Amino acid sequence: MSSSTLSPAPAGLKKRPGSKKRSWQGLLYATPTALFVTGLFVVPIIVVLIMSASDWSLLGGNKGTNFPKNYVDVLDHRMFWDAVLFTLKYTAIATILLIALGLGLALLVQESTRWKGLLRTTFLIPSALGLASASLLFYALYSPQVGPISAFFEKIGLTEGRVSVLGTPDGALWATVFLIVWRFAGFYMLLLLVGLQGIPGDVYEAARMDGASRLQVFGKITIPLLRPSLALSTIMCVTGSLLAFDQFYILTKGGPDGSTMTIVQLIYNLAFESKRDLGLAAALSVLTLLALILINMFQLRVLRGSDEK
Amino acid sequence: MKTSRALRSVAAVSAAVLMSAGLVACSSSDDKSSDNGNQPGTEISATGIDDGTELTMWTRAPLERQAKTLVEAYNKENKNQVKLEIIPNDDMEGKVGGAATNGDLPDLLAGDVVRLPNWVDNGLFTDITGQIDGLDFVSDIARGHLDAGTTTDGAKHTVPFVTDVSVMFWNKDLYREAGLDPEQGPKTMKEFQEHAQAIGDLKKDGVAGTYYGGNCGGCLLFTWFPTIWASGDEVLSADGTEALLAGDSAKELYTIYRELNEGGAVGVGSKEETGATWTAPFQEGKVGVMSYPNTMLSTVIEAGIDVGVGPIPGIDGGESTFLGGDAMGISKDSKNVEQAWHFLSWMLSEETQLNVVAQAGDVVSRVSLLDNEYSAKDPRTLAINKVVESGRTPVSVNFSEAFNAAGSPWITLFRNATFGDGATVDADNDAITEILSQ
Repeated sequence: MSSSTLSPAPAGLKKRPGSKKRSWQGLLYATPTALFVTGLFVVPIIVVLIMSASDWSLLGGNKGTNFPKNYVDVLDHRMFWDAVLFTLKYTAIATILLIALGLGLALLVQESTRWKGLLRTTFLIPSALGLASASLLFYALYSPQVGPISAFFEKIGLTEGRVSVLGTPDGALWATVFLIVWRFAGFYMLLLLVGLQGIPGDVYEAARMDGASRLQVFGKITIPLLRPSLALSTIMCVTGSLLAFDQFYILTKGGPDGSTMTIVQLIYNLAFESKRDLGLAAALSVLTLLALILINMFQLRVLRGSDEK
Repeated sequence: MKTSRALRSVAAVSAAVLMSAGLVACSSSDDKSSDNGNQPGTEISATGIDDGTELTMWTRAPLERQAKTLVEAYNKENKNQVKLEIIPNDDMEGKVGGAATNGDLPDLLAGDVVRLPNWVDNGLFTDITGQIDGLDFVSDIARGHLDAGTTTDGAKHTVPFVTDVSVMFWNKDLYREAGLDPEQGPKTMKEFQEHAQAIGDLKKDGVAGTYYGGNCGGCLLFTWFPTIWASGDEVLSADGTEALLAGDSAKELYTIYRELNEGGAVGVGSKEETGATWTAPFQEGKVGVMSYPNTMLSTVIEAGIDVGVGPIPGIDGGESTFLGGDAMGISKDSKNVEQAWHFLSWMLSEETQLNVVAQAGDVVSRVSLLDNEYSAKDPRTLAINKVVESGRTPVSVNFSEAFNAAGSPWITLFRNATFGDGATVDADNDAITEILSQ
């Protein structure tokens, strides 16, 4: 490369007196947050990365480097691919249902004139319940002995006698999906309702003046203008579903026959139940993290790409 | 802008990272543990020292009542004072793991007998072979809890703390309704099948002949292994590295339950039972006969059930039980080994076993004391105590992974064998061996 001399900065870009002081002030303002993020976010990630490359048992501590064996062992684990496939299947089902239902409920509330407040509150009530509490509630509801659901099926003649809702792989999956839909549909309704209310009314008015049908308005105006809210909802829903734990831990314990074992359940299982191997669990955590980053980047590109062109 | 998009992507998953990290993050530290673990010959006097030291103790929540009873009695009688910490069952492994890494284990550590071999193998306990062997009643101590804390070279680390055995419970009222003798529980598993089927055939709303934890590995090793032992077979090889759960008696046991399922005699919730509610249906009077934990006897009686209690039989007779519960040892991090041994030797003494353990209605840890004035008051308690003599505790380092953990091959085996056609027992048994032998 040829050497070059820097041309003097244009007069307009000259640093004004006091700007250095202000930048120090800015740094001071940002320091508490930076420390908070470092302590709660950066340090744990570094610990997990170190752990994932170490022979680190729960009871025996760190016994030295174990890279890449932890990663190889995780990929070879008898439950790994089943857990991955099940988690992806559950994520797809939960996301499609929750976003579709959330959007439907949001439109219902938006279009309602007399019952807007009542509907919004009613749909949102389940979201006030913690996921673990909701899971325990549904565990009781699904119980063949004391739960009303099994008794109801029997009464209306749908089943002969009491049925074990969680006793089959498909039953366990759909019963958990039903719980999640009940618990989160109102939450996603609220997110999308905010997006709907952010669409200017005159856009709809112009469309009506042009003679657009309801379906055309929904497809050509509502959905494109709702894209940021849909992107946020989808990313939250996908991330939450990929990290599903509480509901399956309480309702099915990964059963029957390991058919509802999610990735995070497997992480817990490797760390505290079966292998008691923190290195192995950390390796799976790192793989999960990488998968989440890739999936979310892809989603952002698809859902928001056109907005940023 | 690509960079800002990437940054936003990273931000979007930050919550996920924190959760993933939180699951496994634990502080790294230098190995500060003392070198007591697994080291023989720590010099402790025969009865330990009672000098007013404060001792720390950890035990898991299911044994809170028994632990509190013992600790309160000890603190009342002695200068040393035990500070008890109750830990939720599911948190025990994580808490012990973190403390073991940081050298923060309590003086006295109690753990489930099936977890103990792994704890001992990782050097969590002080070797107290000399002290245990020095007790003049050492041959009188229930073997299972001693064996769980004994390494292959014979070093002893634990003594019985709380004994929880599996027994057969039957509902006398339902027996009467089914035309069965309410005073005679099943003496063989074939009889058990007949009794359960007879009660199932009553077709009473919500009532089942029997019930079992069909998605709970721990429940079924606790209640089914005794049948295999009572039939003269083993469940594991002597060194704990091979599963023997595809033998004749084991296969007959699975067949009995499969036929009960086919006959509609098994409570419908069995198929999904994770263990969270496996004792509930019997307490509600909804089950005729089932294998059950002895520690629930008082709860069942309080629930108003007219209950009969007997040993778990083999296929054609005999009897056995799973010696479960917790054993206790002195942790590798204890700085008060002499004082901690004082508690353990006090706990095993005849006075404590009778006046504290037996009086509270619990099973004593000394074989010669099983038939005592307190158990004599109730034939059901006596039946429970008597079965301890024939009890066993299987020992294997990888036990939890093979049997207790969610999705374990043992769960796969018994589900295929009792809810399926039972054709995969041999292959499923091999899958258990694969883990045990690692």
